[in-house]
Amino acid sequence: MSTKQPVKDWATDFDHTDPAWNNDPYPIWDDLRKRCPMARSERFEDGAFFPSRYADVREISYDTEHFSSRRVIVREKKFNPVMPAPPITSDPPEHRPARMPLLPAFNPKAIEKLTPGTRALCNRLIDGVIDKGSCDAATDYAQHIPTRVIANMLGMDEEDGDRYRRWIKMALEEGIHDNSKVTESLKEMTIYFGQELAKRSDMPGDDLISFMRDQRVDGQPLPPEKIIGTLRLLLIAGIDTTWSAIGASLWHLAKNPQDTARLVAEPALMDTAVEELLRAYAPVTMAREVKKDVTINGCPMKAGAMVLLSFPAANRDPEMFPDADKVLLDRQENRHAAFGLGIHRCIGSNLARMELRVALEEWLKRIPQFRLENPAGVTWSEGTVRGPRTLRVVWK
Amino acid sequence: MSEPKKFKVHVETALCQGHNRCYSIAPELFEVDDLGNARARGDGAVPPQLEEKARLTVKNCPEHAIRMTAKN
Ligand code: HEM
Ligand code: SF4
Repeated sequence: MSTKQPVKDWATDFDHTDPAWNNDPYPIWDDLRKRCPMARSERFEDGAFFPSRYADVREISYDTEHFSSRRVIVREKKFNPVMPAPPITSDPPEHRPARMPLLPAFNPKAIEKLTPGTRALCNRLIDGVIDKGSCDAATDYAQHIPTRVIANMLGMDEEDGDRYRRWIKMALEEGIHDNSKVTESLKEMTIYFGQELAKRSDMPGDDLISFMRDQRVDGQPLPPEKIIGTLRLLLIAGIDTTWSAIGASLWHLAKNPQDTARLVAEPALMDTAVEELLRAYAPVTMAREVKKDVTINGCPMKAGAMVLLSFPAANRDPEMFPDADKVLLDRQENRHAAFGLGIHRCIGSNLARMELRVALEEWLKRIPQFRLENPAGVTWSEGTVRGPRTLRVVWK
Repeated sequence: MSEPKKFKVHVETALCQGHNRCYSIAPELFEVDDLGNARARGDGAVPPQLEEKARLTVKNCPEHAIRMTAKN
C-alpha cells in the first residue's frame, strides 16, 4: 500500500481515489470546470489529464486517432503488458469485428426476454428482507441483481457472486494502487474461464461462453485468449456497474422522500427517471492513453499520458444540462453520456437500463417509503466504478 | 382522413451507435436491427400526434444521429 499525500490543488494534482473525491466528487468537478477544465496530475505514471466538461469528454471519445483504448484505467503504475479485453481495449480497425458478434445478445428484444426473470429475482431478494424492516440495499439487494443476471447469460454458477465480485474489486479498485492485484485477478479469471470453455468443448450450449466458442472468423474459431479476454470483460463490465447504478438510485430515493413519493404515485415517470438517475449518478469513468501528441481545449497532451475520461463529470456540466446539479425525474431533454459516446457505447446499456428499472419498480411496489439508517455510514467504491457499497436503509 | 404529415425523421446510420434511446421513447417511429442500430420505420413520416415525441428523440440521442425535417 502506498502512503498517499493529500491533494493540495485539484487542478494540478487530482486524485480520483482520494477520499474527498470518493465521498462527494461533484463540488470538485464544478470548481474545476470553472477554473481549469483540463486538470492534471503527476500521481500516475506518465501523467494524467482530467477533462470535466462535456464537450471535451465528447471530443476525446470520438477521437480514436489520438486516443487509444488499450489502457482504460488510470493506475499509479501502468500495467504491462496491456491487458486485452476486446472490444473495450480495442481501437479501430480491430474494434468493430470484436464488438459485432456480441451485439445481438444485448439488443432490445433479447433483453426484453430477460425481464420477467429479473422481476422474479428482485422479488425473491425483497422476500428475504421485507419483514426485517431494514437491510443493506447495496449488499442484500442491488449487488445480486446484475451478478445473477450476467452469470445466467454466461452460463456460470449464479451462487458464486462473491468470487466474481472479488476479481472485479482487485482489477478495478485495488489494482489502481497495486498491480499485483490485477495480475492475481487476471490469473484466476483466466484459469476459471479456461475451465468453463473446456467444460463446453463437446457440448452444445446456448450461453454466451458457448456462443463465443462457436464464433468463426474466416472459418476459424477465435483464439482462446481472445475469447477469455472478452468473457472477463463481460463479467467485469456487467456487475459493479449496474450494482452501482441501482445502489446510487436507491440512495437518492432514500434521501429524497418527495421523489420517492412521486415515482410511486406516477409510475409513468419511470422512463425519464431512469435516464435522469443515470445522468446524475453515472457510475463509470473510463480512460484513454494519448497515442499521438494532440491539443484539446488549448491543452497540449503528449503521447503516453493518460486521460481520465469521466462520463459522470460530463453529465454534470451545466453548459450541457440546465440545473445539472439537480435531479429532475421528469427531465425531458437528456443527452447524457453514462454509457459512453462513440464507438465504445456500452454494449450492456439495454440490459443495465432494464435491470435498473425493474429493480426500482419492484422495490417501490413493496417498500414505497424508506430512509437512510445512518447517512454517514454509506460507503462508496472508488476509481473506475463508483457506487454505494454499504447502504443501510429502514422502512419500519 | 388522417391529418397531413408535416415532418419526417431520419437516422444518420454512420452516427448511430445503438444507444436505443429513440426506440425506447418512440417505438412507433423507430425500429432497431439485430445489432441494435436504429432506423426510421417506413418512410419516416411523423403523424401529427407523434411530433412531440419525435422532437424528444432528436434531443435525447447521445450521438446527434437523428434528423427531423419538413416533409415535402
Ligand atoms: C449502469 C450500468 C453500466 C454503465 C454505466 C456502463 C458504462 C459503460 C461505459 C461508459 C462504457 C464505454 C467505455 C469506453 O468508452 O471506454 C461501457 C462499455 C462497455 N460495457 Fe457497460 N456499463 C454498464 C453496464 C454494463 C453491462 C450490464 C454490461 C454487460 C455485460 C456492459 C458491457 C459493456 C461492454 C462489453 C463494453 C465495451 C463496449 C466496446 O468497447 O465496444 N456494461 N460501459
Ligand atoms: S438514440 Fe441515436 S444512437 Fe441511439 S439508436 Fe437511436 S439513433 Fe442510434
